[in-house]
Amino acid sequence: MTNRITSLVGLAIVTAVVAIIPFVAPNSFYLDLAIRTGINAVVVLGLNLLIGFAGQISLGHAGFIGLGAFASAVLPTHFGWHPLAAMAAGSLAAGALAAVVARPIFRLRGHYLAMATLGLGIIVNIVLRNEAQWTGGPDGMPVPAMTLFGIDVVSDRQWYWIVGALLLVSIWASLNLIDSPFGRAMRALHGSEVAARVVGVDVTRYKVAVFVMSAMFAGLMGSVTAHYVGFVSPALADFGHSVELLTMVVVGGMASVFGSVVGAVLLTALPQLLATLEGWETVAYGAVLVLCMIFLPKGLVPTLAARFERRRR
Amino acid sequence: MSLLEVVSLSKEFGGLKAVQDVGFAVEAGVVHSVIGPNGAGKTTLFNLITGVYTPTQGEIRLDGVDVAGRRPDQLAALGVARTFQNLQICMNMDACENVMVGAHLRLDRNVIRAALRWPGLVRRDRELREEAEALMAFVGLGDHVHARADGLSYGILKRLEIARALAARPRILFLDEPAAGLNPRETIEVGELVRRIAADGVTVVLVEHDMKMVMSLSDRILVMDYGRKLVEGTPDEVRRHPDVVAAYLGKHA
Repeated sequence: MTNRITSLVGLAIVTAVVAIIPFVAPNSFYLDLAIRTGINAVVVLGLNLLIGFAGQISLGHAGFIGLGAFASAVLPTHFGWHPLAAMAAGSLAAGALAAVVARPIFRLRGHYLAMATLGLGIIVNIVLRNEAQWTGGPDGMPVPAMTLFGIDVVSDRQWYWIVGALLLVSIWASLNLIDSPFGRAMRALHGSEVAARVVGVDVTRYKVAVFVMSAMFAGLMGSVTAHYVGFVSPALADFGHSVELLTMVVVGGMASVFGSVVGAVLLTALPQLLATLEGWETVAYGAVLVLCMIFLPKGLVPTLAARFERRRR
Repeated sequence: MSLLEVVSLSKEFGGLKAVQDVGFAVEAGVVHSVIGPNGAGKTTLFNLITGVYTPTQGEIRLDGVDVAGRRPDQLAALGVARTFQNLQICMNMDACENVMVGAHLRLDRNVIRAALRWPGLVRRDRELREEAEALMAFVGLGDHVHARADGLSYGILKRLEIARALAARPRILFLDEPAAGLNPRETIEVGELVRRIAADGVTVVLVEHDMKMVMSLSDRILVMDYGRKLVEGTPDEVRRHPDVVAAYLGKHA
C-alpha cells in the first residue's frame, strides 16, 4: 500500500509540472520541447513495460512509430480518411504487425530477439522509403491537420494539452497495470519464466500481449507526432530513433514508471541544452550516458529511490 | 481411480536415459515420496509430470485423463503445483507478490480492467493480499510479509516457494527437496509444514534426501535408481528391501 501512495504522489507531481509548464515557458521553443518530451515519455512507458517489466527487448520500436505516423499522413491524403480514424488505424496496424510477428519472434531470446526486432524496424523503414508513390519516399510528406469536433487542432498549445493528458493517463494506466494480476504475471515471467509457467501463466501469450500493447502505444504517438509536426519522414522509423528510446528506458530506470518519464525528459532536453557546446554536443551526450551507466547502473529513478530508502532507515 | 497414475514413463536426453519405464500411482490425500541417490532421475520425473519436460514415452494420467505433453500452465489449471530444488523466486517482486502470483489462475487477468483499476479487480486483489499474508504466516513467514524477495535468506525463500504453490489451491503438490540446504531446526519445521499441508487434504509428492523426514511423513515411497523404479511400497517395506539397502546405503550396510 505504501507503494500505491508513493505512486500517487509521483503522479501528482507530474500532473503539477504538466499543468504549470505552459504558463512558465518563456517562448514556443520550450513548449515544443515539452510536447516532444511528452510524446517520447508515452512511447518509453510502453517500451519499459516490455523491456523493464516483462524482460523482453525491442530494437525496432521506431518502426511502430513510423507506421502510426505514416497512417496519419497516407490515409487522409490518399484515401480521404478522417484523421481520427487514421490515427486509430495507425495504432491498430502497429499492434497487428506486432501480433503477427510476435509468435515467431518470442521463440527467440536474448540476442536473437534483439536482432529479430531490429530487422523488423529496418523493414518498416525500407518500405516507407521505397513506396514513394504513397509515402513520398525519403523526402516524406505533409500531414493534413487533425480535426476534433469540427475544430482544427493546429496550435502548439492545443497539442500540448492533448499530449499532457495522454501522458498522465498512460502513467496512471501503467501504474494500475503493474499492480494487477496481469502485471504480476508479466513481471513474474521476467523474474523466473519457469516459475511463472508452473503457476499457470501462459508466458507466450503474455509476451505477445505486452509487445502488442507497447507497439500500439508507439503507433499512437507516431500519429500524434505526425499531426503535431504536420510532416512525416521515414527518419521517424530509423534504427537510431529506436536506440534513443531504448536509452531513455535504461537511463531513466528499467521497470520504473517514473523512470520512463525522467529518462524521456532528460534525453529529449539534453541535446538542446548541449547545443551551445557547438560541435562537442555529441561527445558531451555520450559522456553523460557513460557516467549514468557507471554511477547509476539501475537507472536514475530506481538508484535514487534505493538511496533515499537506505537513508531513511 | 488414483489421482495420479504414471505408466511406463521415459525421457531421453540425446542418448542419456534419464527416466526409464517408470510407473507408479498416487492416491488422493497421501504423502508419496520419491527417493533415490543423486542422478537417479527424481527431478526429471517431477519435470515430466509437471509439464516442464515433454516425455519421450509413456502416460501421465490425472483422474484417468492422459495429460502427458501438456504445458505447465495447462497442468496448473488442473490443480498441479510444484516447488523447485534450486529456487525459482521472482527477485523483481516483493515476497508477498511472489505468493500472490501463485493464485494467477483464480484471478481476473483482463488487461483493460487492470489498466482502468476496475473496482471488482482491485477488491479481489486486496482480498488476495490478505490471503497471501495468511499463507505466509501458515508456512512460518509471518514476519516477512513486507520484505523484498532479494533480501531474504535461502531457508525463507524455500518456504516462500511452498506458499506460492499453495496459493494456487492445488490438488496435488510436488515438493522438490524442500529441506535441502536447511539447518536441522528448519528441516524439522519444514517436515511439520508438509504434515500440516497434507492434513489440509492436499496430496503431496515429495522428493527429499532427509531420510528421517521421508520415513516419518510418507504413506508410500517410490525408490529410483539410474532412472528406473527400484521398489515401491510403505516406509517399512522400503526400509527392509535388500535392493534399497544396497542402492541407497551401499552394499555393506
